[in-house]
Amino acid sequence: MSSKQEFTYPKIYLYRRIVQSKIFIDNNYARNIDLDNISDEAFFSKFHFIRLFKNVYGKTPHQYLKTIRIENAKKLLKDGQSVSEVCFLVGFDSLSSFSGLFKRIVGQPASVYAAMHKQNKAMMIKMPLAFVPGCYAYQHGWLENSNFEETDH
Amino acid sequence: MTITNIHVINQDSAYDFYVNKLGFNLVDDIPMGPDTRWLTVSPPGQPELQLVLFPVKVSKMFPKETAETLISLIKQGIFGCGVLTCNDIFATYEELVAKGVEFIKPPTKEFYGTEALFKDDSGNYFSLQPQNNFGNENNL
Repeated sequence: MSSKQEFTYPKIYLYRRIVQSKIFIDNNYARNIDLDNISDEAFFSKFHFIRLFKNVYGKTPHQYLKTIRIENAKKLLKDGQSVSEVCFLVGFDSLSSFSGLFKRIVGQPASVYAAMHKQNKAMMIKMPLAFVPGCYAYQHGWLENSNFEETDH
Repeated sequence: MTITNIHVINQDSAYDFYVNKLGFNLVDDIPMGPDTRWLTVSPPGQPELQLVLFPVKVSKMFPKETAETLISLIKQGIFGCGVLTCNDIFATYEELVAKGVEFIKPPTKEFYGTEALFKDDSGNYFSLQPQNNFGNENNL
């Protein structure tokens, strides 16, 4: 079914350009991109682009870029990367800017977030059943697997 | 409600669909044996709700005939898994199409509001609706 070719709606071409700019941010957040790059991709003037983007996504492109960088930072920290590595991997050029923004958005320092998830990961390996409700573990037959250490719950 | 199931046929492709295409957040991905894992995701902005990507395979829970029947029904698109709401249905539609999500119905004005329907990689379907379904759903 080619719903994209047959289906149309008001301002379809505006929508497609805004969505493509959002996808551009999603795929290039780690690079040194600025609004001029992004609005050029969408063939808009900068101020028109900001207004339309905010109407659709509830955030300006700059706010959205910061959000995406922090979301990806969280994933990398969960994977075990260090705070300083992650800062540059997601496109920040200053550790203090990254740390400040991370704490403001996530509600805790990046180092605390990383340490918490490192501890979680170790627990998942040692006691995976601690993370699975008993009913699911029973239905899957995992409670019978002597390789898993049982928890007290 | 804190945990609910989505029955899937393959956990690897379900991970790709829900995390990479729909943009759900990965909660747990814990190996529980040679060919299965505890795999849960949550919708953006709803960290308290976990969806278990529950594999349908021959096991203690699914005898062979049950597993085969359930897989067949899933592939036929019998199961609707719920309603996802979004800020802008046209933008969300365009983005999901660009990411390869298959729509059964594009955003369409119905008597109950504007709705689109899409399928996951297994065949389960979802309704997609704008948060403000009886207002002006076109934000541009």
